Amino acid sequence: MIDKRVQGPSEAVADIHDGATVMIGGFGEAGSPIELIHALIDRGSKGLTVISNNTGSGQVGLAALLKAERVAKVICSFPRTANSTVFPDLYRRGKVELELVPQGTLAERIRAGGAGIPAFFTPAAVGTPLAEGKESRTFDGKEYLLERWLRADFALIKGRIADTHGNVIYHKTARNFGPIMAMAARVAIVQVRSVVAPGAIDPEVVVTPGIFVDRVVEVREPRHESELVAAGATYP
Amino acid sequence: MSDDAPQIGWSRDEMARRVALDIPSGSYVNLGIGIPELVAKFVPEGRTLIYHTENGLLGMGPSPKPEAADPELINAGKRQVTALPGAAYFHHADSFAMIRGGHLDLCVLGAMQVACNGDLANWSTGEPDAIPAVGGAMDLVAGVKSVYVITQHCTKTGEPKLVDRCTYPLTGRAVVNRIYTELAVIDVTPRGFELVELSPGVEFEYVRERTGAPLFRR
Repeated sequence: MIDKRVQGPSEAVADIHDGATVMIGGFGEAGSPIELIHALIDRGSKGLTVISNNTGSGQVGLAALLKAERVAKVICSFPRTANSTVFPDLYRRGKVELELVPQGTLAERIRAGGAGIPAFFTPAAVGTPLAEGKESRTFDGKEYLLERWLRADFALIKGRIADTHGNVIYHKTARNFGPIMAMAARVAIVQVRSVVAPGAIDPEVVVTPGIFVDRVVEVREPRHESELVAAGATYP
Repeated sequence: MSDDAPQIGWSRDEMARRVALDIPSGSYVNLGIGIPELVAKFVPEGRTLIYHTENGLLGMGPSPKPEAADPELINAGKRQVTALPGAAYFHHADSFAMIRGGHLDLCVLGAMQVACNGDLANWSTGEPDAIPAVGGAMDLVAGVKSVYVITQHCTKTGEPKLVDRCTYPLTGRAVVNRIYTELAVIDVTPRGFELVELSPGVEFEYVRERTGAPLFRR
């Protein structure tokens, strides 16, 4: 019998080791797996490479992981947000490395990682500073840049409902990077509001098929970053 | 400019209205953050536009009523929005396949500088202390069929934003099709900037003097 449930967030992240590469879902607060990130802070893993679209806000979730100085490198497209002070401060003090990637290139590098495509050509960023040092090639008279796949040891993802086989459906624009990060990580960990029995999710509406998911953890009432930030919350 | 100074040309809302007039019904449109977002308020009656937001929604509607607000239903500017009947959610790789794959008809973006060959700079001043952040702008200009820019004609210190050559880091090369400022609508053509329309009461010479590259009449 397949049952991918684990007890709670701390068990879900227990083997995330120092130096691991971790994809973290979310676009701003939508889809940010705050409970899994907080468990990772508790776990104490250091020297992480984090792949995520943003760098968090306030002093909770992703921003709290950064503030605890557990992250050596961030690969992201937009490390500035309202209420985002932790990353800019660390970056200016040279405490964290940044690889800035256009958002669509970031998504496609992750998708390619999950799909077994080691590199691809994209028109984005041609002629810009982000093209420096990259191989370019002309196809049918137009220039493209070579981009490499991204893969990770772990992915932390927020879904809405999963079954015990790891089939996942998402909530509105919280889907964002979740499905492709699940594909690109060796161990994909998904927190959901409820875990259901196989068959309870219509196969026609499954967004992430269970083959891409390794662990499912139920977090019935996930917190929203904006509410925590508005309340002045910090973590730990 | 203080509030009681005489306004020259279109207001921000009027600029946004002028952009909206040019968008055909049925277009799939991505609006950038800031002034471009205003365009959605001015779509002429009888026209339907479908708004794409790159974080995974087609069929984006206006801000929600407080009781319907959902922190996980947001736009690219991370503001809460709604999903209209006929909307669809999708993941980021699909969203940028729509963008890069040429499926979107139009995007409307802000700008720091636009050059007369259509080069766009809108993501970084290049200053050493700036936190670089690019988001989806480079993908949008590389893939969307038409790129419109909506911007003030000059910077706050009076420098032209329409220039011969961008001095800020580029977002894309030769990507802008049309520019809307408070003074005029200007096309980017093979010979350079070409006037489409002056805002009411504004003279051609006034615009030409404030444009950092030759401005041609049609």
